[in-house]
Amino acid sequence: MARHKGRGMAAINYPIGMNLGGDPSQALIHSNPDGKFTVALSAIDLGQGMKQVTRQVAAETLGVPVEDVYVDTADSDTGPHDMGSFASRGTHRMGNAVIAAAREARGVLLEAAAEELEVNAADLVTDGRGNIHVRGAPSRSITVRATAQAAQFRQGKTIAGRGIFLIPLSAVDPETGEMNPNTAFAHACLVADVEVDDETGEVTVLGMTSAYELGRALNPRMVEQQLVGGAWMGQSHVLFETPEPYYPNPDHGPRDFNEYLMPGPGDIAPYSASVLERPAPDGPFGGKGPGEMCANPVLPAVANAVFNAVGVRVDELPITPEKVLRGIRANGGARPQARRGG
Amino acid sequence: MAKVPVQFRLNGSDRAAFIDAADNLLMTLRRGLNEFAPKYGCGQGTCGVCTVLIDGEPQLSCLTLAVACEGRHVETASGMAEGPNLHPLQVAFMDNFAAQCGFCTPGMLMAARALLDRNPKPSREEVIEAIAGNICRCTGYEPIINAILAAAGAGDQKRA
Amino acid sequence: MLEIRKDYFANERDDNLNVIGKGIQRQDMPGHVTGRSRYFDDHAFEGLLHLKVVRSPHHHARIRSVDVGEAERAPGVKRILRAADVPVNKNTLLSLINFGKDDEPTLAVDKVHYKGEPVVAVIAESEAAAMAARKLVRIDYEVLPAVFDVEEALKPGAPIVNETYPNNYFEYHEKFDHQKLRFGDTEKAFAAADLVIEERYQTSPIEHAPTETNGSIAAPEQDNRFVVHSCAQGLFFSLGTSAKILNIESNRLHFIGGTVGGGFGGKVDSLTEPLAILGAMLTGRPVRYVLDREEEMLYGSPRGAERVYVKDGVMRDGRIIARHVRSYFDAGAYTRLSSYAAIKCTAHLPGPYWIPNVSSDIYVSYTNRCPSTAMRGFGITAADFALEVQMDKLAHAVNMDPMEFRILNAYRDGDMKAHRRVAKNTALIECVQVAAEKARWPISESARRQSSLEGGGQRERGQIPATPIDQRGQIGRPETRSGPVTQTLPAGTMRIPLTKQPELEGSRDARPVAPNVPRYEPARPMTQPVVQAPAPLAPMPSAAPPPQPGVEPPAPPAPGVQPQHGAMRFSSVFGTRRR
Repeated sequence: MARHKGRGMAAINYPIGMNLGGDPSQALIHSNPDGKFTVALSAIDLGQGMKQVTRQVAAETLGVPVEDVYVDTADSDTGPHDMGSFASRGTHRMGNAVIAAAREARGVLLEAAAEELEVNAADLVTDGRGNIHVRGAPSRSITVRATAQAAQFRQGKTIAGRGIFLIPLSAVDPETGEMNPNTAFAHACLVADVEVDDETGEVTVLGMTSAYELGRALNPRMVEQQLVGGAWMGQSHVLFETPEPYYPNPDHGPRDFNEYLMPGPGDIAPYSASVLERPAPDGPFGGKGPGEMCANPVLPAVANAVFNAVGVRVDELPITPEKVLRGIRANGGARPQARRGG
Repeated sequence: MAKVPVQFRLNGSDRAAFIDAADNLLMTLRRGLNEFAPKYGCGQGTCGVCTVLIDGEPQLSCLTLAVACEGRHVETASGMAEGPNLHPLQVAFMDNFAAQCGFCTPGMLMAARALLDRNPKPSREEVIEAIAGNICRCTGYEPIINAILAAAGAGDQKRA
Repeated sequence: MLEIRKDYFANERDDNLNVIGKGIQRQDMPGHVTGRSRYFDDHAFEGLLHLKVVRSPHHHARIRSVDVGEAERAPGVKRILRAADVPVNKNTLLSLINFGKDDEPTLAVDKVHYKGEPVVAVIAESEAAAMAARKLVRIDYEVLPAVFDVEEALKPGAPIVNETYPNNYFEYHEKFDHQKLRFGDTEKAFAAADLVIEERYQTSPIEHAPTETNGSIAAPEQDNRFVVHSCAQGLFFSLGTSAKILNIESNRLHFIGGTVGGGFGGKVDSLTEPLAILGAMLTGRPVRYVLDREEEMLYGSPRGAERVYVKDGVMRDGRIIARHVRSYFDAGAYTRLSSYAAIKCTAHLPGPYWIPNVSSDIYVSYTNRCPSTAMRGFGITAADFALEVQMDKLAHAVNMDPMEFRILNAYRDGDMKAHRRVAKNTALIECVQVAAEKARWPISESARRQSSLEGGGQRERGQIPATPIDQRGQIGRPETRSGPVTQTLPAGTMRIPLTKQPELEGSRDARPVAPNVPRYEPARPMTQPVVQAPAPLAPMPSAAPPPQPGVEPPAPPAPGVQPQHGAMRFSSVFGTRRR
């Protein structure tokens, strides 16, 4: 009886946004008289970081410090329509809507500044630190705050913007499946290292290594959150989770966290991820959205690693010790496959 | 049903409520005292999101009768900061991006604080043991473990 | 832990940004660590009532009678809700985008279709009172035979799960019992392949298990409106669903949410909002409806299981020349979102590879289990499991390294995908190369030199092949599931008009350029799709197929001319029941 190490890999891509389009998002942005901006949305932050990613997108587009922007979501009386946080659409769709709204607001901001500086708005740039100045002449400048005060109290201008992003709905051909699906795809490759105990059938994930291409990591810390949490969820899906352990027999379903198994803090494996950035032509600053895809490659990579370790294919999830042991027994013992670097 | 009075300290302030004798502490805090930091996740002691400190010990408020807290000190995540100054654990959770949806965070912080209060220099294994009763569905635990180690000044035990 | 490889695709990016690309602290983090983040249930209401539902104990049963008399008289009970109290007691979630027929009641009418289906709702002064009264509701059931297997359900004579779809499958295009994908001639290619490998894969249902269970609080607000604190993943999605079910104007509902304790897809279905609002309407008091953990675990709608059959034809040199996928989505008793996932899955095939002949038949089967719904990776996760384990088996069969095998078959810029659109912005090869390097997994120099930017779209890689099509699987005619080929579409045939793809102005990486002209004049409304002007790299003209290098493109349908038969607008195909 022994523990066998194995390696497996998987490569995937992932569609961003509702597959057939037809899923608009809207954004509204306005400034207070001190040049501080509020972004009003009805987007949902269920932990993925919607509030912060739209805040950064707004600040970048407006050309103001991120501290000068807060995102207010989600109140149906004040936040305009959005389809919702699903289908990896939040960053892509809402990010673009926020860009559109922020560009409109920035247009008024620069026009108001131009009036104060008595220059052409087209000659103005922002420094991202709260100042607006003439391109190439930093001394001819005005603060965003002074501009907003002038717009509000002297010029009678509303520094505000509206934005929507919509990819129109596509038809689907009934006979060929021809369609215009997503416009942006993210990519990943993940290597899983496991150890399989041929006496108990237990699979331990020793570590994971991955490369993700995500368009642009709009906030790398939040990308890391998704990739790490998603890898854990993938590990959980492939080895532990099922509400119907004898599917399709519906009996014996777990009712609570004592019976529904997930890896705990003591079961997690070291994980190292690299991010590549090939900007999506229609993504906000090229961004795609890593939240949904990051559990996907773990499932087949672990399954392939189990095969590499003991020569057993478990094609029905989850890969329980029982299934591994039955496979080993059917093969007449563990059959470790060729080692693959490491 | 006749209500019974219960009085205890909540984050340093004396609080009282009239409750059903069978009410648990979680319900009393949330519905009776509008203290919403402890969350409902399972009501049966399996997820840890309702974790509070009672006289410094981590307890599952959903499994604790409110009347049993008479005269004791109940602490929640709302009371961790000293005035405007966040507790080192709160700072470490922020620095380590150790929350996504944030729903498990108040309970996680209580479990972590109980650990550091009795063991200021825990090992990674001791951290894991301390939060083993707290479920997080978002983070994969790694940033939480790292945050607690960092708060204890043991960032060298962070990995990967 | 996270490393950004700026060396890849560097000339496609402007990295000189101010805020984007920075790991700035989350706006919501201070609230999370101080316990101040307000979730739907963290709101105090005077006079709050609690709603609990009575659920079916049977997988499939006729309701003979319901007696709520004793429950109504129980202590603390304020109101019992029955099916007849629900103004529009039949809905399908995607009716908001005209997709599918209404098939699911809020409270069961004369039958229950899965164990856990809500039949009666009890509203009481406390959760304990509601739960006690729930036990006093007497429902007499006649238990019916049930079906749990996705393929058994499709056989003639199987118990009818969902009367709206009496053949136990979602009906596609009012025509077929599944969604087809046809690209090239897979049958011919299988015959020509050195090896043909067919395998079966099965994924499990998965519970989302967010730490916050589903729930909502609805309360009468000033001006004859209702405020709803919701955990919905789509605020207006839930608002629209509730307005339809309650038959009230959308502006009488004021939804507040946006801070949600995890969802992963499990909070898209508006499981609690309609009944909570109805309770508030009928009692005049705030009503809270929150699933307990057992309800969330058993009846909170899981990720559906999928059964996937993958058949591949591969050459000894490692090239995959044909792939057929037949898969079954287990929708449970009602459609929810499974119908949409099957289309998304179809668009995803054959995975991130260029394969000259691809076909698929994706079914959505109804079974007598809790309706499944979206979950992280919806429509894709199970397919990726099946495809990537299959890829490992194929590599093994042709004695190739799995990484090299992926790179050999990877799709590249310019390759034609099976849904007849050209791939762009691809990066699978580079991901494989970086992962191999990081994991110290040796790959050949030749594999290391490959690029997603090169070699794609050449010759047949950029072409739509001649494609045999068929009428297999007509609705209500299971005997047609193995019908003959009826027609061969010539190479290059496109029948679906290209969707106008919005492109952001600016540089190649879509960095917005400061507008020279303020954008707020009425003449240039910004409520249109972001930008109409073609960007420098706009990949697709709006009404013509993309140019195919080396191939004469077929004549596209003239603008305004009806496309060939079969091509219909998605919405009109699936939805006739406009609100």
